[in-house]
Amino acid sequence: MALQNPTPSEYIQHHLTNLTYGYHPDNGWSFAHGAQEASEMGFMAIHVDTMAWSVGLGILFCWLFRVGAKAAHAGVPTGVLNFVELMVEFVDKSVKETFHGKSSLIAPLALTICCWIFLMNLMDLVPVDLVPYLFMSTGVEYMKIVPTTDVNATLGMSIGVFLLIIFYSIKIKGVGGFVGELTLQPFGKWMIPFNLLLEGVGLIAKPISLALRLFGNLYAGELIFILIALLPFYLQWFLSVPWAIFHILVIVLQAFIFMMLTIVYLSMAHEHH
Amino acid sequence: MNLNLTLIGQLIAFTIFVIFCMKYVWPPISAALVERQKKIAEGLDAADKAARDLESAKSQIEDELRQARTQVTELLEQANKRSSQIVEEAQDKARAEAEKIMASAQAQIAQDAAQARESLRADVAKLAVVGAERVLGATVDQAAHKKLLAALAEEL
Repeated sequence: MALQNPTPSEYIQHHLTNLTYGYHPDNGWSFAHGAQEASEMGFMAIHVDTMAWSVGLGILFCWLFRVGAKAAHAGVPTGVLNFVELMVEFVDKSVKETFHGKSSLIAPLALTICCWIFLMNLMDLVPVDLVPYLFMSTGVEYMKIVPTTDVNATLGMSIGVFLLIIFYSIKIKGVGGFVGELTLQPFGKWMIPFNLLLEGVGLIAKPISLALRLFGNLYAGELIFILIALLPFYLQWFLSVPWAIFHILVIVLQAFIFMMLTIVYLSMAHEHH
Repeated sequence: MNLNLTLIGQLIAFTIFVIFCMKYVWPPISAALVERQKKIAEGLDAADKAARDLESAKSQIEDELRQARTQVTELLEQANKRSSQIVEEAQDKARAEAEKIMASAQAQIAQDAAQARESLRADVAKLAVVGAERVLGATVDQAAHKKLLAALAEEL
């Protein structure tokens, strides 16, 4: 259902709606036509565009780095290997500066987070109308190409990190140590409920803040691109070029922040208080 | 902005990518980096060692050159000394030879002179006798005048 001469709010609404496939109470398993139907589907729905673009970009990352890994040798590096080694060394340095334990998981985890989020954020620099327009002409109604502007994507990753935090906390400190950390600080054993509330909020805040920071920044950035796209075409470059240049910084920075905070949280999980 | 199954899907995708990266991407690259680090360190060590070797070779060359130079001067000195010695010896020899030749020549001369004098003396005595015979017109008694003639010849 292509919109003919949409109002600005319809245009924005359209650009911020995911292509949703799910179980609708009335229509059964189907693609949602509009945000209303999508929200009626509740939890039993999936954002096809978010999944496709993020998995595609993840496969691109894996392929690129696998090419580098296969070419890896101790001689003079060339081409893809140069770039891959640059990234690996950068991540390795960041991990070693913050995390002092020994873990074969954290460095690859950080590399994956950094590169994958960067690639997903990078989609933000594709002109906002281009891909939706192309898909519209093949009959696909909605297409949101920046997975990190979907809170499901960022929350999915941050929940992964959260599970790792809990796993390492229990692995390093034992169940007793982890529960003790949650209940016996900062006020001692006579204030256990209060301590639990305080530490519990602190613990839950980690994945939520991770997810919402990335989501919020990219969502806002995308929204501004959409608003700029509403201007007359001869004015657009005047705003969209500076914003895009600024956004290059933002997308790298957000990928880096997500990676660094993951490392910091995991190194905190490894330390005894 | 709806929370739905995408969340779980993303979590699964994320897990798979991390595991892939952990198994197939990170180990070979970091191993290669470590190995390259080792190789570079070895290379730098080798370069240092080569520089040190060069330095020691240079100083060795200088030593040998200095030694050769002193040897050459020594040899030259020796040769000079030897040549002057040879010259001196030759001069001495020549001088000695010359003296010898001169001595023998003088002896010869002296001998010849003596001989000549002797023969002259004999001739004079004979001439004197002949002269006297002519003067006296008679044969001189050889025996009687022999003593007188010898005395005369001695005086000449």
